[in-house]
Parts: sequence; C-alpha cells; structure tokens
Amino acid sequence: MTDPTIEIKVCLGTSGKASGGEDVLRAFKKFIQESGIEARVGSRCSYKTVGCRGFCSKDVLVDVIVNDQKTTYQSVKPIMVEKIVTDHILNGNPVPQWTATEDYDSFHDKQYKIVLGPCGEISPDSLDDYLKINGYKAARKAVTKMLPDDVISVVINSGLRGRGGSGFLTGKKWELCRKQPENPHYIICNVGEVNRALAEGNPHAIIEGLLIGGYAIGAEKGYLYIRERYHISVERLRTAIIQAKEKGFLGTNIFGSDFSFDIEFSFGTEAFICGEETALMESIEGKRAMPRPRPPFPAIKGLWGKPTVINNAETFSNIPMIVGKGAEWFSSIGTEKSKGTKVFTLTGKVKNNGLVEIPMGMSLRDIVYGIGGGIEGGKELKAVQVGGPSGGLIPMSMINMGLDYESLSKVGSIVGSGGMVVFDEEDCIVSVARFFLEFLQRESCGKCTPCRVGTKRMLELLTKITEGKGEETDLARLDRLSAIMSVSSLCGLGRTAPNPFITSFNHFKSEYLAHIRDRKCPAGVCKALITFSIIEELCKGCGLCKRKCPTKAITGEVKKPHILDADSCIKCGACYKACKFKAIKKV
Amino acid sequence: MSDFEAKKDLVTLRINGITVQASSGETVLTVARRTGIDIPALCHHPKISSSGACRVCLVEINGVPMTSCTTHAEDKMEVITNSPYIEHLRRDMIDLILSDHPNDCMVCQKTGECELQELAYKYGIRNPIFSGERRIYSKKDGNPFIDRDMEKCILCGRCIKICDEVQGVGAIDFAYKGFDTKVCPPFEKDLNCEFCGQCVMVCPTGALTGKAWIGKGRYWKIQEVDTTCPYCGIGCNITLHISDNRIVRVTSPEDSVVNKGLLCVKGRFGYEFVSSPDRLKTPLIRKDNELHPASWEEALSYAAKRFLEIKETHGPDAIAGLSSARCTTEDNYLFQKFIRVAIGTNNVDHCARL
Ligand SMILES: Cc1cc2nc3c(=O)[nH]c(=O)nc-3n(C[C@H](O)[C@H](O)[C@H](O)COP(=O)(O)O)c2cc1C
Repeated sequence: MTDPTIEIKVCLGTSGKASGGEDVLRAFKKFIQESGIEARVGSRCSYKTVGCRGFCSKDVLVDVIVNDQKTTYQSVKPIMVEKIVTDHILNGNPVPQWTATEDYDSFHDKQYKIVLGPCGEISPDSLDDYLKINGYKAARKAVTKMLPDDVISVVINSGLRGRGGSGFLTGKKWELCRKQPENPHYIICNVGEVNRALAEGNPHAIIEGLLIGGYAIGAEKGYLYIRERYHISVERLRTAIIQAKEKGFLGTNIFGSDFSFDIEFSFGTEAFICGEETALMESIEGKRAMPRPRPPFPAIKGLWGKPTVINNAETFSNIPMIVGKGAEWFSSIGTEKSKGTKVFTLTGKVKNNGLVEIPMGMSLRDIVYGIGGGIEGGKELKAVQVGGPSGGLIPMSMINMGLDYESLSKVGSIVGSGGMVVFDEEDCIVSVARFFLEFLQRESCGKCTPCRVGTKRMLELLTKITEGKGEETDLARLDRLSAIMSVSSLCGLGRTAPNPFITSFNHFKSEYLAHIRDRKCPAGVCKALITFSIIEELCKGCGLCKRKCPTKAITGEVKKPHILDADSCIKCGACYKACKFKAIKKV
Repeated sequence: MSDFEAKKDLVTLRINGITVQASSGETVLTVARRTGIDIPALCHHPKISSSGACRVCLVEINGVPMTSCTTHAEDKMEVITNSPYIEHLRRDMIDLILSDHPNDCMVCQKTGECELQELAYKYGIRNPIFSGERRIYSKKDGNPFIDRDMEKCILCGRCIKICDEVQGVGAIDFAYKGFDTKVCPPFEKDLNCEFCGQCVMVCPTGALTGKAWIGKGRYWKIQEVDTTCPYCGIGCNITLHISDNRIVRVTSPEDSVVNKGLLCVKGRFGYEFVSSPDRLKTPLIRKDNELHPASWEEALSYAAKRFLEIKETHGPDAIAGLSSARCTTEDNYLFQKFIRVAIGTNNVDHCARL
C-alpha cells in the first residue's frame, strides 16, 4: 500500500492569526513530529498557511486533505489537534463533531468567488502556488502580445467598474490617463480595509493587476497605498513583490519587452479619509491627507501633478482574470450595467458573519438569509446598511432588491467600501444613524465647512433625539443640513455623510417621530427613553435581578415581589436579561 | 496652477447672463470679479493657491453648484452666481461657520475689517440656525508678536498656505480631525517662526492679530500714512496706522510695488522704537567714561579729529568701518568709499554679513 499524501491547511489571515492560528499550526507540526507519525507518513505530509476564506467567525479553519479528500474543521484549538491527527490522519476517521457544519457550506455555496477564489486555497507566500493557477500568464500575454490600447479595450468591454466606491468604468479611466501627453504617468493601488483578505490571501493577483494597469496606461511606477497597521497584508505584498522581481515580472525589460515597471509602498495612517483618492495622493506626497478639489481629475493631474490612475485593490485583482479569460467571460456575470462580482463584509446581527463575494445583482435576501443564514436568535430583520459608514439603510421591505451600482444609488445608498451591516428589531434606527454620523464626524478631515461643521451639527441633533430632547424642527434642520452637505461638500465623505440619516428617515419616519412626539424608543435602546419596572404578578422573588443590579436599585424579600427604584436605576438592562419569568418590563 | 501660468487660449462664457472672455486657465472667481461681479470667498486669496475649503464661493456652473475659486473658465460655460438656490447654500455655509465662532465682534480687534463679519452682516445672520457646540480653547500662545485666538479660526487655511507657499517656512499646519481640526505649530507648541506676520495679513477673521495692536483703536478712527520702511535698503512700502500721534500698527498695501504687501518681522512689528523714550535724540560724546549730549557740529568735529589722530599715530589699518543694513545702497557705497579713500584702509564690513 502506498503512503497517503497529507496536506494540512491552516487559515492565517488576520482573523485566523487572532484566533490562534499559529498555535494550531504549531500544534499540528509538534504532534505529528513527536508522536512519530512523521516517520510513518514521511515527507508526504505538508503544511500550508493560507489566507482568509471569509468565514472569520468560525476561525481557526483547518483543511485536512488526505489523498485529495478534503475535510474542513472549524473553530480549531490546539487542544483538538491530537484527536484530529489520531482519528483522522492515522485511522482515517474524521472527527464529525468538529468538522465544518452546514453553515460553512451554505456560506460558501451561494457565493461566486472570482477574486476571493484562491484566498484560503493557495499559499500567499508561494509564487509557485500562484503560477499553478495561471498566475502572471495574463500579464505576460498583455505585455508581449497586446498593445496597451488593446488591454484597455478588453477592460472597457468587460464592463469592470471601480470596486472602491464610485463605480467608474475602470477601462475608461485608464483610457483617459493614457491619452495625456504629460509624463510620467503613475498608477496607484488603494488597499482599503475590505481588501485585506485579498492582500493576505492572494497578493500576487493585486501585483499582477497593477502591472497590467501600468502597462496599459504607460506608467513605469506603481504605488501600493496601504495602512501601515495592516501588518500581514504589508508583509505578504512585500514578499510577493520580491518574488515577482526575482522572476523578472517586475523591474526592467519585463518578459523580455522594453516595458519596465516597479512598485513602491506608501503607508497611510489610521484615517478614513486616507482612502479618498485625492487625499491619498496628498498623503503619498508627504502632506496631510486632505482632499483636493476636482476638477482637475487625477487621470489628468494626479500624483505630483502628473496623470495618475488610482484603483481599488479589488478592481486590480479582477484584471488578470479579465485579461486572461476575456471580456466576454467577465461581462456574462452580473447585471446589465454592473458586471462581475463584488466583495462585501457581512456583519451585524446575521448568523454567519464574514467576507463574501457575490455576483452583481444578487438579492439582499439571498445574501442575508442564504449566505448569512438569517438573523441571529430568529429575530426579525429591520434594515441593512450597505456601503460602509456613509451608505444607506435599506429596510426589510426592500429585501428582494438586487445589489448593483444602479439599484443601490436609486435607494440612496452606495456600493462604497462594500460594508454590509445587518440590524434587527432590537436596534434603534435613530441610534444607528447617530452611530454612523459619529464615525463620519470623527473622520472628517476638517477641510471644508459643510463636512466639518455639518456632520457635527447632524450628530448633535441626532444625539438630542436619542436623548429624548428632540423637537420636530430638528428634523427640518437635519433635512436642510443633509441637502446642503450632499451638494456642497468637497469630497465624497461629506457628500455621502447624510446618507444614513436620509435613508433611515425615509423608511423609518415613525420611529423618529416616536422619539420626538411620544418620547419613546420603540426598539428599547435609547436609555433616556426607557424605564424598567417589575411586574408584581409575575415576580417570584427569586432575587436574581437583585444580585445582578449594579446600583442596588432592586430591593425585596425572598419569594416576595421585588421593587425597582427608578431613581437609582441606570437602565443597564442587566435585570431584564437575567429574569427568567419575564417579570421585568421595559417601556 | 496660478492664473499666471494659465494657457492663453481665449474662452467665452456667460456669467449671470453677461458674455465674458477669459483665458482658459483663469478661475471663474477671477473672471467674475474682473467683470465686476462679486463672489464672496473666505479661503481664497490672490497670493496663494486655491483650496476650495470654505465653500462660500459656490456658484452654479451649468446648473451644478461648484466652487468658483477652483473651477477654471471653459468655453460655453453658463455661470450663475446669485440664484436663490446659490444664495441659500452660501447663506447656510456662513451660518455653519458662524455657529462655531464666538459672537464677540464688539470687543474683537478685527471688527470692521473682518471678512466673516461682513458676510454675516450681508446675509443678516444674527443667530445661526445651525447653532451648537463651539470649540473652546484656553491655551494662549506665549510668542511676543502674534495673538492667536483659535476660537475665531474658521480653518480657511490661508495662513498655512501663505507660510508654506510664499514665505517658505511651513511653521503651521492643520492638526486633529473632524470638528476638532485646528491650525497650530507642531505639537501645539508656541509659535516659534520668523514672525513675518504674513499669516496675520491674510487671516480673514480676528483669529490672528498683532499682539501690540489689541485695544489700540478701531481701524476707522485711525489715520493711515504711507511711507517707506526704514529698516533696510529694500525699502518696503508700509502704511503706518496712527492714533494720538503714535504708531499703533504697520501694514503694507497689497499691491505695493516693492514688496507686494509682504513684510518681515521688523517692518511689521518693530515700530515701537519710534516713540520709545529710550530713543537717542542728540549725539552723545563720552568724556571721563560718561556720555554727554552734544550738538552734531561738536560730535562730527570730535570724530574727525580723533580719526586723524589715530591714523597719524597708529596708521590707517588701526581703523575699521562697520556699516548698517538700515542704510540705503547709496549710503553704503559712500561709506566704504570714505573708509577706503579718506581713511585709507580696506577694513570695511557690513552687518548683513555677520
Ligand atoms: C471618505 C472616502 C474614503 C474612501 N476610502 C476608500 C478605500 O478605503 N479604498 C478604496 O479603494 N477607495 C476608497 N474611496 C474611493 C476612492 O476615492 C476612489 O474612488 C477609488 O479608490 C477609485 O478606485 P476604483 O475606481 O477602483 O473604485 C474612498 C472615498 C471616500 C470619499
């Protein structure tokens, strides 16, 4: 009998590492070595660290592949390793109680992974792995067999639109930049928060996309703009660049042509505005990241005043596949005007949190209930915030809408950074809007008046409403602020900042009015608007609430109904959660 | 791009229905102002690049609100600067700025010269409708010249740009984010720069003023006298602001030929010597280790006598001449001529070389 081939893949993305992925990997190596299994299975046992496959809530994810038979384990801890090795690898019996559940399958089955496909499968630190999945073939084809204009045509025909926010046709942007007589041209890859999985899981695709883009627009220099804090992304991209240079994929006379291209890192700090393209260019130039007025657009006057293309890392990740497989293949995916797929971060009150890639046009319902597995605890869905902090809230009633650039903009939302937060019946919509405004106010760069002061005033008014001091004139003020900010702000941050308010007010007007007219928070969230009391008939006098109360606001004798003193109550809700008899009333 | 670098192609556009010609690199704001149509702007200043920060100069360009200070004139552009919609937006911009500004014009040094006050007056904004929290700063800057009242700062960025782009110093920049954004020197230390005061000159509000100016009189009660700066041979054009026969402030006309309104720390802030009681009014001659007042006649003949004596006893190289940058070039020429020819030595130098 031949020895089996064994491969162990451990997820070591940001979340995998944070969940202890390195310890798990070490445990596998140690146990396999110490127990003499190495000798039996010999050199055929290999380990692979892979990037994030999106299902971060179940990290650490481990694939054990025996003779091409893959079994995925979820939530693996080092302590579980011995049993997995003994039962599964030695005796051929996978450990059923730890293998990935239905959730794992339904989370992945409904997705359409183009850019995330290799993430979690190949080793991000191995150029060979990337070459095995046709890596750098598209770049070779573009540089050696295609004219820059042909590359641009393919990208235009594919219908690819920017994945970083505005959804501008990528090929058109490239075409405009290529046409500029002024030299040199620059190309920049904007690596945002959501792109970390791409950088950690398949960094070579970004590099290859940037290389093809550089060739197409006539740039010899590309920048990777990334937050310094994304250590793993930076490390893996850096390794990828070194490997690509060694092979001659970067540097001078690439693929024997006269095209030369190099990539340099530029690090950003922790500011949302650093992702805005013109602020980003200021940042690369060594200045404070504050947006520049447009026009002139970057394609005409960008970095160092030269024609510049800036695209999101997900946009670039699509490029090798588009050039490799052709425009038609790509444009067959998605909707009429939004082609391909889009990565979203699915979070909030949904069962399966994680990073998902869906074909454009997929319905919100399929995402939340299909991929996401529905709402946690069987609660009712209230709204989904799509597009990051300045996206719009889409109510339950619109759950069947398909997601693409057009449909989202129609409902006052954006594709934006691809954030997707699910809210349920227990979330207060005014507090939700307030929460996003708080973030946007803090992250405003402070340059233009409507954004700097406008977000502050919106935040104050929303806070006032959640504190039960709102007046109806405040709504008119919010409305007026929203209207001026969205047309007069300098950049996208200020222009989209009113979205959470506008959309939530559109769809949940009654909830706003309840806060103002009735001084009630229907979801029971705004502390100033709720009171807790004990329903005498239901209280059994068990004393649990009394013990849980941090301010000793509850008194009473055992087996007799307790009393809650409203004056000392800080409305933390501990009693409400603790009571087994539903004897605490929250109104 | 500044208007000077502008491409020279002529374009024709319409502003409020008036057909105007412009070179294509000019901004809509420049063209409008040249045509006699005023567009208010708080961050724009002709000496610096435009930033589009205050959003007060919004106009409708082909129906879309855009900042006129950053948008270049284009052929067939339709510009409207005063539609009810634009006036409404502009009013609200000013309202938002005022909502974070101390309403203390009655004690503010800038009153009457303040660009923000002027707009509040024009739009009749007594109480901002978007009122709310205001930034409160207690730290005072200990530098000797420039009073920085950051509560009055509207973050237009003019001071930052003139310091960086014109003076080439870069002593200040924006710090912090969001509503807490603030203009300050690195690490919020006291200002420690050349104190040229170019920032004070361009500040549209009372955020930056000369420390010595405060409380010395309202600008409309002050007499202005144009003169030439006595400090050095450049001879900058300056305007003395006089109250009760004392200089209370120095400015420079923005269009002045020599210095285009720019000054240095001495010219702008060093005027107090003029009425200082310590100032010498007659020559002094030292006798027995004490200085005694003398007439010019006495002093000059005494100096001439001593020069001759020293030259005769110790030779001309025992004498050296040191001249001052406060003299004109002609004065300096004569001085070195005197030292070389009349005294007969090459020992001559000038304080600007030290
Ligand atoms: C406040 C703000 C933050 C942004 N952050 C990001 C970001 O993190 N990543 C990104 O790719 N684009 C971001 N954008 C959009 C960029 O300005 C730009 O449109 C994008 O990088 C262009 O690439 P694309 O055409 O491939 O989408 C942001 C925009 C704004 C207004």
